[in-house]
Amino acid sequence: MSAPLRVHGLVKEFPKGRRGTIRVLDNINLEVAAGEFVCVVGVNGSGKSTLLSLVAGLLQPTSGQLELNGAPITGPGPERGLVFQAPSLYPWRTVERNVGFGLELLGVPRVERRARVSWYLEVMGLTPFTQSLPKQLSGGQRQRAAIARALACEPQLLLLDEPFGALDVQTKEDMQVFLREVWTRTGTTVIMVTHDVEEAVFLSQRVVVLASDPGRIADKILVDLPPDRPLEVKRDQRFLQLRSRVEDMVRAQHHNYVASGGAG
Amino acid sequence: MSVGRLRGDETPTTQEQPSRTEPGEATGPAATGGPDRVFGELPRRSRTLRASRLWTIRHDVPRGARWVLITIGVITPLLAWWALTASQAVNPVFLPSPLDVLRAGQELITSGELATDTLATVRRVVLGFGLAVVVSVPLGLLIGSFRAGEALFEPLLALLRYLPASAFIPLLLIWLGLGEPSKVGLLFIGTVFFNTLMTADVVRLVPRELIQVSYTLGANRREVLRKVIFPHALPGMIDAMRVNAAAAWNFVVVAELVASTSGLGYRIVRSQRFLQTGKIFAVLIVIGLIGLALDLSFRKLRDSVAGWAT
Repeated sequence: MSAPLRVHGLVKEFPKGRRGTIRVLDNINLEVAAGEFVCVVGVNGSGKSTLLSLVAGLLQPTSGQLELNGAPITGPGPERGLVFQAPSLYPWRTVERNVGFGLELLGVPRVERRARVSWYLEVMGLTPFTQSLPKQLSGGQRQRAAIARALACEPQLLLLDEPFGALDVQTKEDMQVFLREVWTRTGTTVIMVTHDVEEAVFLSQRVVVLASDPGRIADKILVDLPPDRPLEVKRDQRFLQLRSRVEDMVRAQHHNYVASGGAG
Repeated sequence: MSVGRLRGDETPTTQEQPSRTEPGEATGPAATGGPDRVFGELPRRSRTLRASRLWTIRHDVPRGARWVLITIGVITPLLAWWALTASQAVNPVFLPSPLDVLRAGQELITSGELATDTLATVRRVVLGFGLAVVVSVPLGLLIGSFRAGEALFEPLLALLRYLPASAFIPLLLIWLGLGEPSKVGLLFIGTVFFNTLMTADVVRLVPRELIQVSYTLGANRREVLRKVIFPHALPGMIDAMRVNAAAAWNFVVVAELVASTSGLGYRIVRSQRFLQTGKIFAVLIVIGLIGLALDLSFRKLRDSVAGWAT
């Protein structure tokens, strides 16, 4: 398998105070294969969202390389779709026009746009809400619309930044099952950031655990669960083992961080 | 048991109390036998909050009651006015009766003066404030969207807006003469700075995520400004205009009081010269009503172009 995303020796520093800098990410090396589903977990302050923003091209690295299919990432683009935790739909646009926004920018003719959009709305179970405004949707529906909007541009990489973080537990589980389905149907490569370990293990093929201060990769854990994963998988022995392993690692990183005088 | 003892004894001997605990030592209720062993009993309020039909903070009142209250609020001052004039306690030159005002208003209408004056005043507002909007909306977008634009323009504008517009009248008369341009200029100066800064504020409220997501959907800066920032800020910009249109409506009357040959402000000055207080009152009422209409039409505009925001 080719590796569409290659991150090598990535360092990100932010200015702090008058002259100083703070290192948020240190020497990140990561390769993500085509069609892979990778979850990045870590406590707050481990720089997981920063990593995603760098891949999205919204931030520039201090040093190191970011490549998509061999070409360096220099800025944001529709080949790397992004979904945030906060619902970031355009509140004045209907669901259809939200999802079609990227296609509109690409100059896709109206008829084709409509056809493409309605396909994604169907996949996302949003067909009845085609003409609704975002404020008329529930939290889960909004996130599905945001995912549809990113997918409509047929990205090579779908970047999800804690997309289900603000949803209630039941909606969240529905969305997880749903996301697995969409991933299978579209074959998109997905990188998702979350602090929910269970979610990470359930969804992904590989979990990357970040340590904090500065954020660096503590471990990469292969999730060797079958590709067909109903929610019951969460009670399987293997699932629980993996989950405990990742949880212990995250917890250890958190305790190191607190003991070293970091935030509580 | 111990509670009673503590209540009776206002100054419990400190030696008996658990002394200052070391950090890390258990200080919770379990360790000490309840918080009141440590602190003494809290005072209690004897009455709980009573329900009120009309005076509950931020709570709807019955529909009928609302209308009754509105009517009372409007009718009472009118009645007081009428009673004051009917009692002949004040000289009608100072305070004309409602009927006198009505008659004066009728006179202004039939003579055609009211129409000409209103037209002249409205025209100045449309020109002066319109010009201010044309300048302030792009400028506000620039300041609110770009830190460079903010650094370039905001310090000066923040200063300029505190210069009272009416203090510019003498200068404007020197620069632009007694005609229309000086009045339009005053309205422009009086509203452009505020409208720019208020527009910039609204633009700054556009969520960062919305802008970033737009970039990842392939939008360039121009498209983000046109298709994301502008529509998102539009309802707020219309609100800013509504507020500043009211200011413009105030300034125009000021401008016309000073040097003018037409307009509602001019009509007031002229009526003053002939001690026609009835006309002054009539013109004031017209000014108020047009202002109210202006406000309502901006609200309507906001709701019709940006229904999503309500």
